[in-house]
Amino acid sequence: MFLNGIVGENPTFVLLLGMCPTLGTTTSALNGFGMGLATAFVLICSNIVVSLLKNLIPDKVRIPAYIVVIATFVTIVEMLMQGYVPALYESLGLFIPLIVVNCIVLGRAEAFAAKNGVFRSLLDGAGMGLGFTFALTLLGAIRELLGTGKVFSLSIYPESYGILIMALAPGAFFALGYLIAVVNKISKK
Amino acid sequence: MKSTFKNMFLSLTLISLFAAAALAAVYNVTKEPIEQSKTAKKQSAIKEVLPEFARLDEPERVKTDVLPDSLSVYRAYDSANRFVGAAVESSANGFGGEIKIMVGFDVEGKIVNYSVLEQKETPGLGTQIIDWFKPQTNQDKSLAEKLLRFEVKSEARNSSVIGKNPAKDKLTVSKDKGDIDAITAATISSRAFLEAVRNAYAAYAGNTDYKPDAESGASMRN
Repeated sequence: MFLNGIVGENPTFVLLLGMCPTLGTTTSALNGFGMGLATAFVLICSNIVVSLLKNLIPDKVRIPAYIVVIATFVTIVEMLMQGYVPALYESLGLFIPLIVVNCIVLGRAEAFAAKNGVFRSLLDGAGMGLGFTFALTLLGAIRELLGTGKVFSLSIYPESYGILIMALAPGAFFALGYLIAVVNKISKK
Repeated sequence: MKSTFKNMFLSLTLISLFAAAALAAVYNVTKEPIEQSKTAKKQSAIKEVLPEFARLDEPERVKTDVLPDSLSVYRAYDSANRFVGAAVESSANGFGGEIKIMVGFDVEGKIVNYSVLEQKETPGLGTQIIDWFKPQTNQDKSLAEKLLRFEVKSEARNSSVIGKNPAKDKLTVSKDKGDIDAITAATISSRAFLEAVRNAYAAYAGNTDYKPDAESGASMRN
């Protein structure tokens, strides 16, 4: 249940959901990690609330209701980050409010939390969230290492040998493509 | 659950009401930390860009002829109440949006230091404005250099604005026949940064009776 989101149905490598923040925020391992945790928090909270409310929401308005719940938690995360981790808030910028439209969050609310109990939904949210965090951190670390020679701001090799394009947008596609290929290779065995 | 007009209306209204209440509560809790982190950033930037000072004036809004908006000038005094310099909050349009910087000038009009308050430049390229225009320091050796015992020397460049006086030195990128080397592949960000510095200087010079004086270097009345 919990491992499902991290390995078997990893939202980034297997389900290929939520590509916009995946490609946009992974310029460094720390940014990817922060984005992943913010999304995980929203995912867990919205999964719990949606599974609690699932019998009270009429079918025809369930999507607007879920969106209101998700948007509330995203705004809460945004305000908390702005107040307590301003540096991270600045580097993630516009991508925090965009968690609202991240299809992982709505997808899990609709596909899982609306059909399962609170505890199972919590586990699913935590698993998916951690899977997303892991994928973003890995992608960020690879791009940071190849682009600037650092990982989590720890210098591994001189920056002047870095491949600048890996820190820019195209590098996100390169790194993600190769990562998915590797994941597919491993999971086929 | 079957949808009727009544239960759709009720459920959406109730959910929105609860959401609004939750947001209001969190907003009240985080309002102060958000304000604090903003002022703390500005305060530490002012400390960073000025020489030692004991007292800081309330910011003064100064209008210059180069900019439509006025800039904030923070004048600083030492314990004997002598004017030691001023920090100017300035901005210019960069590649990805507004670049906001804090620049400190000493009594002679030389740049003491600068600090970037806000920027949305391209990561890895334009974001280098944060330390590109400071003197090159010996960076910490990377792990590979330590383990394999070799050293990579970074290329010398003429990009520091520290200690320069905008009245005498040409603070434009070398492409525009100036004295400062631009960031590789981020000329627009570099131009915007230097424009912000020049604007800051205009506000500083206009505000403080400061006239670049050829004979005695510089004089300042206060």
